[in-house]
Amino acid sequence: MKYFDEYRDPRLARKVVDEIQRAQTRPWVIMEVCGGQTHSIVKHGLDFLLPQGIELVHGPGCPVCVTPLEMIDKAHAIARRPEVIFCSFGDMLRVPGSDGDLFTIKSRGGDVRVVYSPLDCLKIARANPSRMVVFFAIGFETTAPANAMLVWRAYKEGLRNVSLLVSHVLVPPAIAFILQSPQNRVQGFLGPGHVCTVMGYREYEPIAERYQVPIVITGFEPLDLLQGTLMTVRLLEQGQAVVENQYARVLGREGNAAAQKLIYDVFEVGDRKWRGVGSIPKSGLKLRWEFREHDAERLFDVREIDTREPEICISGQILKGIRKPHDCPAFGQQCTPQHPLGATMVSAEGACAAYYTYGRHLKKADLVQVAQA
Amino acid sequence: MCLAIPGKVVEIYDRQLMRMGRVQFGGIIREACLEYVPEAEVGQYVLVHVGFALSVVDEEEARRTYELLETMDQLTELEAPVVDEAASGAKR
Ligand code: SF4
Repeated sequence: MKYFDEYRDPRLARKVVDEIQRAQTRPWVIMEVCGGQTHSIVKHGLDFLLPQGIELVHGPGCPVCVTPLEMIDKAHAIARRPEVIFCSFGDMLRVPGSDGDLFTIKSRGGDVRVVYSPLDCLKIARANPSRMVVFFAIGFETTAPANAMLVWRAYKEGLRNVSLLVSHVLVPPAIAFILQSPQNRVQGFLGPGHVCTVMGYREYEPIAERYQVPIVITGFEPLDLLQGTLMTVRLLEQGQAVVENQYARVLGREGNAAAQKLIYDVFEVGDRKWRGVGSIPKSGLKLRWEFREHDAERLFDVREIDTREPEICISGQILKGIRKPHDCPAFGQQCTPQHPLGATMVSAEGACAAYYTYGRHLKKADLVQVAQA
Repeated sequence: MCLAIPGKVVEIYDRQLMRMGRVQFGGIIREACLEYVPEAEVGQYVLVHVGFALSVVDEEEARRTYELLETMDQLTELEAPVVDEAASGAKR
């Protein structure tokens, strides 16, 4: 298809930035919600391209980062069991729990397998009827349709040896939570394009209205992000607290109805703890009672594990857009992607990890060079 | 994690009562579940996340968004009042 690579055109990017400058009369703080957007912004140095006074702060939208340490420890306890084949997306492998990571468990003989799609677990389960296949089901609404299909198919096929360790999170309650914070600085949002591909953006409209913030559902390419920023700045300047859709080539207001149906057939909304943030009411998905046979937390009696985060870590404030990785004394020192201390350093999409990967722990002068390279 | 990648549907078939397809991403072809995009046809582009197509990419919208940005470019060079028109045109 034509018009794919075009969304990276640096010449056009420059023009959109000029347009933002033209539209802007005062400083604004805008949060991009999704970790994929954070990664793209930092990778392409888009925040350096923006006019002075337009500040992008990074949101809580990295599911790997916000998966609570207790849940990681539970996953590890299950993965160590000899009868278990523990399946996970690749990015969970290196996430450290209180005692090592999945990679270490694998090297010590645990049967840990990386899958591309949750459906791979069905094949593994059919081929290993005497073993328990456990899938670490993490993610936002984007991933929920895939995980819901795994549960549904296992249920339909009567594959009793498939279960899920569910740690699903939802974006709208997290946005509302950020806006309720007395320290909140965020004035407008770039909404999560892929989450909305599934869910549409209806549920963002009451948030925009209630908290009087514009939300622009935005894609992931550099031009998408810049155009989303431009649209947000224009709404802010006009004082319009509404939802707009920058990513119309991919999604509409209603999202994917078939996917939403299966999600709610399989899951129900419940409270969920977010790493670095704490418990947010009605911010997660858990399996419905009908599917309890496929709920790993029920099947494996893993006791509650008491965990503690390092005190120096400010990832909770970073996830809420109150502070930036540079404000943390451990950033790039004791805390690096190789030795992460906190939530936002554990995955490539976390703000601390993205800053580190793209040289933001270097001195200011070097930074500009990195951005221009 | 929430990354979804657009690819071209090159084949559609049923497997174990599921609508599946082969989707091409540049030089790589992978299987994807098409259950959530019953409307997808061979030759169309779909957005795929962890082996599931989540939407059909609207080529016409992709073109329109891009052209809008290009128009902005030209109008910017002409300066002043016309820019306001471009501004209102950007609203959807
Ligand atoms: S750099 Fe590490 S310790 Fe500091 S806030 Fe980020 S994750 Fe926490």
